[in-house]
Amino acid sequence: MIGFNIRSAWAIYTRELMRALRTAFQSILAPVLTTSLYFIVFGAAIGARMPDLGGVSYGAFIVPGLLLLTLLSESTSNASFGIYMPRFTGTIYELLSAPVGVAETLVGFVGAAATKSLILAAIILATATLFVDYTIAHPVFAIFYIMLVAASFSLFGFILGIWADSFEKLGIIPQLFLLPLTFLGGTFYSVDMLPSPWDTIALFNPIVYLVSGLRWTFYGSADVSIAVSLGLTLGFLAVCTGIIAFIFKTGWRLRN
Amino acid sequence: MPENSPDTILRLTGLTKTYPGGLTAMDNVDLEIRKGEIFALLGPNGAGKTTLIGAVCGLVTPTSGTIKVFGEDIRNNWRGARARIGLVPQELSTDMFEKVIRSVSYSRGLFGLSPDKARIEEVLRSLSLWDKRDEQIRALSGGMKRRVLIAKAMAHEPDLLFLDEPTAGVDVELRKDMWRLIGQMRERGTTIILTTHYIEEAEEMADRVGIIRQGKILMVDDKDAMIQRLGTTEAVIELAKPMSALPPAIAHFPITLEKDGKELCYRGGDGSGKGRAEVAELTKALVRADIDYIGIDIRESSLEDIFVGLVENHADETTGEAA
Repeated sequence: MIGFNIRSAWAIYTRELMRALRTAFQSILAPVLTTSLYFIVFGAAIGARMPDLGGVSYGAFIVPGLLLLTLLSESTSNASFGIYMPRFTGTIYELLSAPVGVAETLVGFVGAAATKSLILAAIILATATLFVDYTIAHPVFAIFYIMLVAASFSLFGFILGIWADSFEKLGIIPQLFLLPLTFLGGTFYSVDMLPSPWDTIALFNPIVYLVSGLRWTFYGSADVSIAVSLGLTLGFLAVCTGIIAFIFKTGWRLRN
Repeated sequence: MPENSPDTILRLTGLTKTYPGGLTAMDNVDLEIRKGEIFALLGPNGAGKTTLIGAVCGLVTPTSGTIKVFGEDIRNNWRGARARIGLVPQELSTDMFEKVIRSVSYSRGLFGLSPDKARIEEVLRSLSLWDKRDEQIRALSGGMKRRVLIAKAMAHEPDLLFLDEPTAGVDVELRKDMWRLIGQMRERGTTIILTTHYIEEAEEMADRVGIIRQGKILMVDDKDAMIQRLGTTEAVIELAKPMSALPPAIAHFPITLEKDGKELCYRGGDGSGKGRAEVAELTKALVRADIDYIGIDIRESSLEDIFVGLVENHADETTGEAA
């Protein structure tokens, strides 16, 4: 039966946001503080001694990368934690026994995780102005792209939260894969700066395309075409949505 | 009862659940629940009680069989069915850092209902939780946490409520309080299916009783009819002087001599009072035969005796089949 209950989705969404407020230091202040430190160290201190990259000061150059670093890690961890905790504590029974389908669940959990990431993104962008001068060449597109990345990685985090059967597994993918790939994905440098063959090898890192895409929305130029970045991000979103639809259809890791 | 009787609120037909490891937790279960009744599902640990509840509530995917709720196959209208079903789980599973009132409001919203403050207040007051509404759930006692789970399950006003071991780990006083609450829910028209380890709980509250073991329903009947049909009377008559054999005057009674002839043991009746009447006849016969006695201890079998007997018989049969 097809249907969408907006009240159910709203109940999940508001509850998840309230949970974030309950843990405001961990959810909001900690990532803002960490990113601010990056701006201070790499943007203001070291960046002042670095040459401009493609006509952009180094401090401004790293803003999209650092923003993406926060977006990826927070979207993933918020969504994964959001669905893992009910599974861990057993409260998932309430969700599974309610007249709630995949659409309400995603709007609730993934929407809340993405919203938290967007709030963080706004705070980080505002904080960045304290340390570096930057401009946004395509502001509307930047907002769209940030929302797209937040939604995609919230979906990805949701899958992780269903896949994980321990807190250790919950942290493996973000910490052992996502974080290194983001650092090596051009957050602090342009792929063009890498010597051969590392500049070619770097293109196998999917995060390169995300950082590049976001940097294009800020400065109008990037390592790879914006169309490729956008296509890959949309493709990732579609794959994650498909996997979640499969999970709900089969009940994998949700129903016995 | 006819296939589509308006009195049937839930009908399970051939319901089977085999887990990937090969364990069959439900084996071809047929069961029918009537509107407005309290149905107690009794069974030892691992009998399949929670699996059965999970299958109806959407926590377990059955391997085969059908579930009809409110006259409709649950697969055809799972949203409509779930909106009218409530579940109180066995474990105290809830967000312990959430406040009581928010947790109950969330449950109501999850079921797609507006945040009706008056209804939530009514539910909380009926469970003596109103004064605790702004407390975090973790600060409550075990019994109060159990009440919160009931409040969450009642928040969307279900027509069919599953209570999985509702009084597990609850002290005697609170258990009786819980029985009163369950009685009130029934009075409001809610059909209740409860699983329990406490047989006296079923004896106290249930209209009908089902006994399940190893995924099979062994028996379903009205509680009183079950006790009448399977119940027995046991009487021990302590004799003034030991006897070496039963005299012909009382030999036709279902009695045995025990404890070196010091006691006469009667085992008979059917739970309807026949046993007591026979014991009275037996005592008269003893007087007529000039057999003196100094004490009588008489006991009717309980639902627990019947339950234990059924489960043990089934275990013997299963062992016999295996052999």
